[in-house]
Amino acid sequence: MNSPRRSHPLGNYWRHRKLMLLFLPGVLYYIVFHYSPMYGVTIAFKDYHILKGINGSPWAGLEHFRMLFALKGFWDVFTNTILISFYKLVFGFPAPILFALLLNELRSILFKRVIQTVSYLPHFISWVILAGIFIQFLSPSIGPVNIALKSLGFEPVYFLADSNWFRTILVSTDIWKDLGWGSIIYLAALAGVHPELYEAARVDGANRFAQAKYVTLPGLVPTIIIMFIFAVGKLITDDFDQVFNLYNAAVYDVGDVISTYTYRSGLENMQYSFATAVGLFKNIIAFVLVVATNQIARRYSDYSLW
Amino acid sequence: MRKTSVSALLFDAGNHVFFILLACTTLLPFVYLFSLSISSAETSFATIRLLPTHATFRNYEVVLHNPLIGYGFINSIVRTVLGTALSVFVTVMTAYALSRSYMPHRTFWLIFITFTMFFSGGLIPNYLLVKSLGLFNSVWALVLPSLVQTFQLIIARNFIMTIPEALEESAKIDGAGEFTVLFRIILPLSLPIIATLSLWTAVGHWNAWFDSLIYISEAKKQVMMVVMRNIVLSGQLPDVFDASPSTAVVTPETLKAATIMVTTLPILVVYPFVQKYFVKGMLIGSVKG
Repeated sequence: MNSPRRSHPLGNYWRHRKLMLLFLPGVLYYIVFHYSPMYGVTIAFKDYHILKGINGSPWAGLEHFRMLFALKGFWDVFTNTILISFYKLVFGFPAPILFALLLNELRSILFKRVIQTVSYLPHFISWVILAGIFIQFLSPSIGPVNIALKSLGFEPVYFLADSNWFRTILVSTDIWKDLGWGSIIYLAALAGVHPELYEAARVDGANRFAQAKYVTLPGLVPTIIIMFIFAVGKLITDDFDQVFNLYNAAVYDVGDVISTYTYRSGLENMQYSFATAVGLFKNIIAFVLVVATNQIARRYSDYSLW
Repeated sequence: MRKTSVSALLFDAGNHVFFILLACTTLLPFVYLFSLSISSAETSFATIRLLPTHATFRNYEVVLHNPLIGYGFINSIVRTVLGTALSVFVTVMTAYALSRSYMPHRTFWLIFITFTMFFSGGLIPNYLLVKSLGLFNSVWALVLPSLVQTFQLIIARNFIMTIPEALEESAKIDGAGEFTVLFRIILPLSLPIIATLSLWTAVGHWNAWFDSLIYISEAKKQVMMVVMRNIVLSGQLPDVFDASPSTAVVTPETLKAATIMVTTLPILVVYPFVQKYFVKGMLIGSVKG
């Protein structure tokens, strides 16, 4: 067999054919399971019919998007998504930073380890399980929270079916689940702060509070910026697993988010094209958000994702 | 030397109390679940107790005798073992290829792959794809769509790139080919990252439920998480436990709790031993390559 000439652009692939053979399964996976669904997105611009398939279904132009934007229900869902993410950002973002700063002040290594092991645990438990636990834990009849409320003379609250409470539950259970795990990245950054900086601060008469403020916290700033970019970039991305397992029809008005809405309209009501349009709209915003926040980070600091 | 002032002592005491309370808050729902799972029908819920007034293991007996839960366990184990083995295998091969400086168009392929982290087809196109591939009601529907996690691939690639190239060069001079280099040199040196990837993937598979919910419709092929979900969240408890004998001594709530407990236990048992590997992996991942 002729070995292709060096100048041929694909010659390198032949020369490294064994390496490419190792690469092949991976690249096939990405083509089939990532890029072909991107082509599948075209059904957002068609009237998808299950028997006609993607290519056989007639074009519908921007029909589904027009319908989507005119739908009040969609904007409610959109608002819910942003609001819940915003609350999670406001309350959930500082929590692991505070956790790391306080944990850093603990001296007993054993105590630290025990606290870390315990606090990382919920991260590994799926929302299906946690939802099952919380539904019982917050139950108006047998849940300890309501038993405590009743014994204090309050009316029991059906937390998961009460629109006034549902978002609070989403935000607080989210913090509960990932507080410890989220702190790991900050603890790693703290471990990287030079001990000499603390010594120098002590020589200058800084007490522990001043050391935390002038040495520890500045050491965390780069990590905080990166994590904040990640978080803002995810404002439109909701936690399907959490909401889907905790919510019910009584709290759709405050708890229904884009992903659960997509699921119900697409897979329960079989509006494939409409649901794809919803998903595409969300994905485009998410993409723009990530790129934009990264540009901002690059302009104002040395830290960015790419 | 550090001076211990009164305010510092107070802070330390307060800090310890804070963390003890936090740990209790983390564990409380699990303790409550356990307590509920060993409660009998006579247990009163008028006051808060750490342990029930009437303890019984009857709930577990009923749950473990249910055939759907048996199938669920087997299906979960199959998807976890198969999915993890295949994922790690393909991820490491792909990462190896992308780590070689002589790989053709390496930058293009890297962008080709990382782009999928920022943009995806979405729920419906993925669903229709799995359907058109004829994977419904097959374990492949649970294994193939998540075969390679891009984040893990990047971490594996970064790790492999830290292995000195001199090792590879000397092996190639001795006549070793690409496969020998990967399987005899790179793989043994990558065991730490392979362990981490395996654990991540395995936990992911054990916890996964949504794919099984939408792709699997036969009850006997359902994974444990969905069996549990049907019992606890979807109110199918009467259907599932219909034929169970002497359900009089158990209640729906205690049965649900025992079902959740049985599903959670494997993770709770393994977790303390593997926790440090997860943390290590997380830290390897946060180092920019």
